[in-house]
Amino acid sequence: MRKVLLLIPLAIFLVLAGFFLHTLWSKSQQEGPASASIELPSPLIGKPFPEFSLPSVEEGGQVITEEDLKGQPALVNVWATWCVACRVEHPVLNRLAEQGVVIHGVNYKDDTAAARNWLRDFHDPYQLDVADTEGRLGIDLGVYGAPETYLIDAEGIIRYKFIGVIDDRVWESKLGPRYQALLDGEQP
Amino acid sequence: MIRCLLGMVLLAVSALAIAAIDTYEFESEAQRQRFYELSGELRCPKCQNQNIADSNAPIATDMRREVHRLLQEGESDEAIVDFMVSRYGDFVRYRPGLTSQTMVLWFAPVLFLVVGVAVLLVLVRRRRRVPDAQNRHLSEDEQQQLRDLLDKKGSND
Repeated sequence: MRKVLLLIPLAIFLVLAGFFLHTLWSKSQQEGPASASIELPSPLIGKPFPEFSLPSVEEGGQVITEEDLKGQPALVNVWATWCVACRVEHPVLNRLAEQGVVIHGVNYKDDTAAARNWLRDFHDPYQLDVADTEGRLGIDLGVYGAPETYLIDAEGIIRYKFIGVIDDRVWESKLGPRYQALLDGEQP
Repeated sequence: MIRCLLGMVLLAVSALAIAAIDTYEFESEAQRQRFYELSGELRCPKCQNQNIADSNAPIATDMRREVHRLLQEGESDEAIVDFMVSRYGDFVRYRPGLTSQTMVLWFAPVLFLVVGVAVLLVLVRRRRRVPDAQNRHLSEDEQQQLRDLLDKKGSND
């Protein structure tokens, strides 16, 4: 009996160590070694894209609302000219847009004039580009660092969120298959 | 010398205290107090180990602004925390709510306490039994055995 009692701390330690190791392992498997910070799960998955009514980045563009995003599966990319990583991501988005992927932009807490210059200089992959100068839509979306990309379906329901730079690996392993699945699901 | 040192320490501390100050206006002292409590309790999603009161990250500034706006609109503390949780997830709460996912978090310490007390009780009981064993008289056979052993040891010397 006494010997069994002595083993209790060891047992507790092993259980805890196993638990931590499991969490650590599954995290690193998920994210890969490249990701720097811990990704938070978004509570918005499965919920409709938040309501908004904001001007377009485009000069003389119309006011955009969440209704305009509906109709087809799309990526909604949160970006800004002050965001260094967005610049890395931009050519990838351009290429995806050329392949026919529907991408909308949310220009997050940015100077609209600077955003226009950026899109002129680096090409504009966005079908619609919302100017969220105040970052209020960003709050509703739970954005905490650009770039962040949401995948929405034709009904405007958020299906997936990716935090960080989209590169070929991320597109092929995470976003691409999900986007394709939404496209396939749409066809009768 | 001591006064000078104290002055320097106080100066250093005061710099920390004004780390993140916004110029918000409040309707009442109570509302200001609620603002400080809420921003002390909400965690910055970007910096991950600071509350939004201490953080200078832009997102923390925005969240403070939202907390202030919601306070002005007359929202309750609970509604404001729910507002943030519905956008950033349970992560933003430094005091996690009681849900099926946080059960372990809330009740594990109680469980550990109960287990600890149980272990302690068992150990104490065991200790108490030990003196009885010492006072116990040896039987006739055992005394004979003891004497034999002692004799043996003596003859070896």
